[in-house]
Amino acid sequence: MAFLPELILLAGALAVFVVCLGEGRVRLAKATATGAALGTLLACLVSFRETALLFEGAYRVDLFSQGLKLVFALGFLLVLVIGGELPDIREDAQPEYYLFLTLSVTGLTLLVSCVDLLTLVVALQLASFPLYFLVALRRERDDQRSQMEAVVKYIMFGITATGIMLFGMSYLFGVTGTTSMPTLQARLASLVHSPVVIAGLALMWAGLLYKLAVFPFHFWTPDVYQGGSNETTSLVASLPKLGALAVLVRFVTLATPDHEPLALLLTCLAIASMCYGNVLALVQKDVKRLLGFSGIAHAGYALIGLVTLDPVGHVAALYYLIAYQAMVLACFVVVCRVARTGGNVALGDLAGLHRRSPLLMMTLLVGVFGLAGLPPFAGFMAKLTLLKAALAKGHLTLVIVAVLNTAVAIYYYLALVREACFRDPEGQPEVRLDVPTRALCVALIAGVVLLGVTPTALLEHLGTALATAWGPIGLAGSGIP
Amino acid sequence: MPPVVSSESLPYLSLLIFVPLGAAVIAALLPGERAVRWWTLGVSVVVAVGSWPLYGRFDAGTAAFQFVEHAPWIPALRIHYTVGVDGISLLLVLLTTLVLPLCVLVSWRQISGRVKEFMVCLLVMEGAMLGVFCALDFILFFVFWEAMLIPMALLIGIWGGPRRVYAALKFFIYTMAGSVLLLVAILALYLELGSFHIPDLMGRELSLPFQGWVFAAMALSFAVKVPMFPFHTWLPAAHVEAPTAGSVLLASVLLKMGTYGFLRFCLPITPQATMLFVPWMVALSVVGMVYGGAAALAQNDLKKLVAYSSVGHMGVATLGIFALNREGVEGALLVMINHGVTTGALFLAVGLLYERVHTRELARVAGVGRHVPVYTGFLGIFALSSLAFPGTNSFIGEFLVLSGALGWARAAVPGWMAWVLLGVVPGVVLAAAYNLRMLQRVAYGGPRNPDHAGLKDLELREVVTLAPLLVLVFWIGLNPQPFTRVMHASVRHLLEQMGGP
Repeated sequence: MAFLPELILLAGALAVFVVCLGEGRVRLAKATATGAALGTLLACLVSFRETALLFEGAYRVDLFSQGLKLVFALGFLLVLVIGGELPDIREDAQPEYYLFLTLSVTGLTLLVSCVDLLTLVVALQLASFPLYFLVALRRERDDQRSQMEAVVKYIMFGITATGIMLFGMSYLFGVTGTTSMPTLQARLASLVHSPVVIAGLALMWAGLLYKLAVFPFHFWTPDVYQGGSNETTSLVASLPKLGALAVLVRFVTLATPDHEPLALLLTCLAIASMCYGNVLALVQKDVKRLLGFSGIAHAGYALIGLVTLDPVGHVAALYYLIAYQAMVLACFVVVCRVARTGGNVALGDLAGLHRRSPLLMMTLLVGVFGLAGLPPFAGFMAKLTLLKAALAKGHLTLVIVAVLNTAVAIYYYLALVREACFRDPEGQPEVRLDVPTRALCVALIAGVVLLGVTPTALLEHLGTALATAWGPIGLAGSGIP
Repeated sequence: MPPVVSSESLPYLSLLIFVPLGAAVIAALLPGERAVRWWTLGVSVVVAVGSWPLYGRFDAGTAAFQFVEHAPWIPALRIHYTVGVDGISLLLVLLTTLVLPLCVLVSWRQISGRVKEFMVCLLVMEGAMLGVFCALDFILFFVFWEAMLIPMALLIGIWGGPRRVYAALKFFIYTMAGSVLLLVAILALYLELGSFHIPDLMGRELSLPFQGWVFAAMALSFAVKVPMFPFHTWLPAAHVEAPTAGSVLLASVLLKMGTYGFLRFCLPITPQATMLFVPWMVALSVVGMVYGGAAALAQNDLKKLVAYSSVGHMGVATLGIFALNREGVEGALLVMINHGVTTGALFLAVGLLYERVHTRELARVAGVGRHVPVYTGFLGIFALSSLAFPGTNSFIGEFLVLSGALGWARAAVPGWMAWVLLGVVPGVVLAAAYNLRMLQRVAYGGPRNPDHAGLKDLELREVVTLAPLLVLVFWIGLNPQPFTRVMHASVRHLLEQMGGP
């Protein structure tokens, strides 16, 4: 029962694989994947309050993991709807798109439950490799071969980051003699200030920071965003970041709250990410590339929550990234629908969106102003939670840098608004939306607003989830097999 | 700190805030432009009439917040939904509800494209503006404060003039840049005092350096909004490009939020820091008066002229606030209301003229007076009000502010700072000069222009739009007592918090 969501996802992936063996079964593949997504969603709801320690303590099902799995299942469904008819994926590879999509989500779903370094690496790779393929699946055009460059960068950086991560893990293993995180935590408690452990932890984070696209592990981001098809990018930009952050949160708690070197390291990463992402986003003309740089900046904001090294900050960081999912997906719906044939969308292509499709304009407006951190949208309340947590720990400089960055960022977000709302269409056609897309737009708008106005339930859930995820009772394991 | 008093059974303030917001959603679903126009007008009139009981039931004898509603909002962050009004915010609330129907009326014909979206923006603005004046929780305040930016920027950017995009972006970026530091100040105060509840924050013991930083962060944000002298450059652009309704909202309500912020937050929360910064704020106010007046005198675009006159008038308001005595602060409050009435009316008048002659060039509208006597009558009265002619509303306000400022000057330490006030003299003279110049040109000036021969005078709808403001001009001007009456207790309490007499 506790393993139900994963089982359904795995079964779904297998089913899509079988479907892929035939010719021209795009619709069937999509239906199967959608079925798997819906099934997972249901299973996540059913198993929401399950707790269990599986596979000899390597896999932990608790409130924390189940909550995130619910978000992943929801995100999976959204990405499927956003994909639509996959205009930018090669026809012969379209069924495989659904296969890799399902597999990647499976990897993420497994990732948040892993409490052993080895299963963790395996899950991380399961989440990553399908993404590499997905990027490469983009349709080739005369002027468009950038996907290959993107995918090579993605793989190279990915593998390097994983290598560094494994290297860091080897230090930790060398010091503690275990790969099981609960044991690791217990044994590290006394060693956590020794240089080798700090180095080990920092190196180990590299693999996750890469997924989160934090400076200096961000180099793949703009190219993959631009090179990948719109549908793929909407996945790359959303769910893996949350997965990475969730694991990062588990790792960061290995350090004690007053651990200054690690806090300093995270502070530097956060500041570098925010500044770098926001400044470079200012000059972008391609919408996806712009969102890529803004994603780097947002990863920096999310790290603010980790700097505090206390549960309040971690809750804030998770809340921030969950809100980010909704906001960034809102932007990507617009990108995917405006690009009818699947090409990249330049800022100018959004011109006059308010005439071409008012609903899309509203979606973009809500997404963009959310990302910019304006109330009443989710981005504001999440940022407020983050800043409050950081300030409570005395990180005043970090907070001021963050708010100044918010002020800088508004400029490029307004560039999107300027095109969509203030310019008139110059011959661009009207954008017609099918019923699922309309529903999706309304749902995302409602989501961004509700996450911003009534975050109480989510915050409380994350609070209890984190409290139980590290309570000694949970870790010692009332081992339900 | 003033206790919060709640004796009401009906949640007046919540209704005022959320009826327009709900109506905006309904307006978005209504079919047809006509229906949307009438719906918006109806709602805004209902809200305007519905806000009168606030005045009637307001207890002027106490400084406590009234009509208070209190409910937990986000317990995890200790954010509450708390609203209430006192003598400082009451009149601003009433001004806001009064101005909205006028904005709808003036846009009746002027806005022809995308009417539904326009009206939705107006209604959202109304809800957010009322929220700003009523909020008693700092985060709630900030939410409304920022949320207001979006519809306002859209109003300028979609329905504005030729350089609307530039103006909208400039407005947005200036205000946003100002308010991010406000957010830090809010958080810093929370960590120091453990509350977002505004009355809880007032009059608490804080160290002077901390106060100084908090004051600086808040004052910067409010100074952009007012706008005070070096931060004013967004204002002419935004005013000129905005559609008439947008200009009116900006002038009548949005600018007041800056001065309201000074009164509500800077003075009572950081009193010692305020004392410290007073000479600077007074100096900037005076510079603003002179600069605004001089710039207005040089304008040939009517809207720009009125926009720069706003800079001058708001300089008077901030001068009164930082005089930190009863006359000064009450005068400033009255100037805020008066500016909302008079400048709002002038923008309406300029908008109506533009609809007729399709230009705002002073040279090309010269001499329309003989063709449109009723219009010119209105314009003349509002222009006289703008230059603070005795018998009109502005006279009372400016007189109070000046007597307050002189009171400050007598007590000023160091004494030489008092000389700053000499700048007020050219400020007042300039105000007379640019208003009379405008009036002279529009009413009597220029050769007979054949283009103006067929001009229609004001129709009933337009008279109805201007009439309430005209009534207020004389009502405040001849009998200000009903307006100042509600301020006394709150202002006295505010000054007691400052530690002054």
